[in-house]
Amino acid sequence: MHELPITESILKIVLKHAGANGVRKVKTIRLKVGKLSDLEDGWIQRYFDYLSKGTVAEGARLEIERMPIIMKCNTCSESYEVEAAKMGGAICPACGGTGGTLLSGREYTIKEMEAE
Amino acid sequence: MTENVRLIEVKEEILSDNIKLAGGLRERLRRAKTMLLNLMSSPGSGKTSLILRTIEGLKGSLRTGVIEADIDSTVDAEKVASRGIPAVQLRTGGFCHLDAAMVAQGLDALPVGELDLVIIENVGNLVCPAEFDTGAHKNAMILSVPEGDDKPLKYPLMFSVCDLLVVNKIDYLSLSDFDMTALRQRVLALNPRIRILEVSCKTGAGIEGWIDWLNEEAAAFRV
Repeated sequence: MHELPITESILKIVLKHAGANGVRKVKTIRLKVGKLSDLEDGWIQRYFDYLSKGTVAEGARLEIERMPIIMKCNTCSESYEVEAAKMGGAICPACGGTGGTLLSGREYTIKEMEAE
Repeated sequence: MTENVRLIEVKEEILSDNIKLAGGLRERLRRAKTMLLNLMSSPGSGKTSLILRTIEGLKGSLRTGVIEADIDSTVDAEKVASRGIPAVQLRTGGFCHLDAAMVAQGLDALPVGELDLVIIENVGNLVCPAEFDTGAHKNAMILSVPEGDDKPLKYPLMFSVCDLLVVNKIDYLSLSDFDMTALRQRVLALNPRIRILEVSCKTGAGIEGWIDWLNEEAAAFRV
């Protein structure tokens, strides 16, 4: 739902790195986004295409790698992956315990970009 | 062509600006000994009603101010200000959440140095506000009985980031198939540290537990 401010931040960071590296054209931007985020990939690309017009990042393709939701069991400390919709009823595969601490799944990172 | 393409390592948090700003706000308020509480929920779950109950309950113990976020009206801030409490309304336009920059704007309009507690009434939404650090020291949410006990399954992140859950409108329990035991299990599976309080802003039931929690947290904060 909040793709627009996120996309503005992505563009700002990309242009900063493009400037520092003397980039003529940004081709691809690789993001790591946790599965707990509600972002719609299609909307990010659409907003990006709109916001980046006239910049070196115009026409760049966004590749989004979805990072899994990993819980750490509060009973036996085993780490396991769970789907967002099942988080509330997550059961540790090792000991059957309920209740865990979130280790990952909230990532919002720009990993790298390909540029000319 | 392709030999000109190079890989540039970025490794940067997309929300780094907001994270930095939020951290700065938190520190600034800690020095001012003003605790910032971010209150989140769906529209209609009772955020404003709980804040009005809170103002009554904290009279004489904590000097409280309120930052209201609403799509585009001043109805909530007027209700709060009519109780003699410093309140500021942020007009968020179509924004689905508050970020640290907006909260900083709200704080600038409040006499922060004279306040022990500032409550942010975030935009009514269980999705987006969970993802943006507002600079708050504590996060609380309201779930009202008519919304259903399945909400932790649909909005796990919101339940994961909160220190306290207020289950409001318990006066509706007899009219609904809301399962409090199932709700508690689902919430605690996501977040074992969360406190859960059952209240009715309408009848006043359970409100003292909420007031006690605020007083305890504010006391711990001032140490």
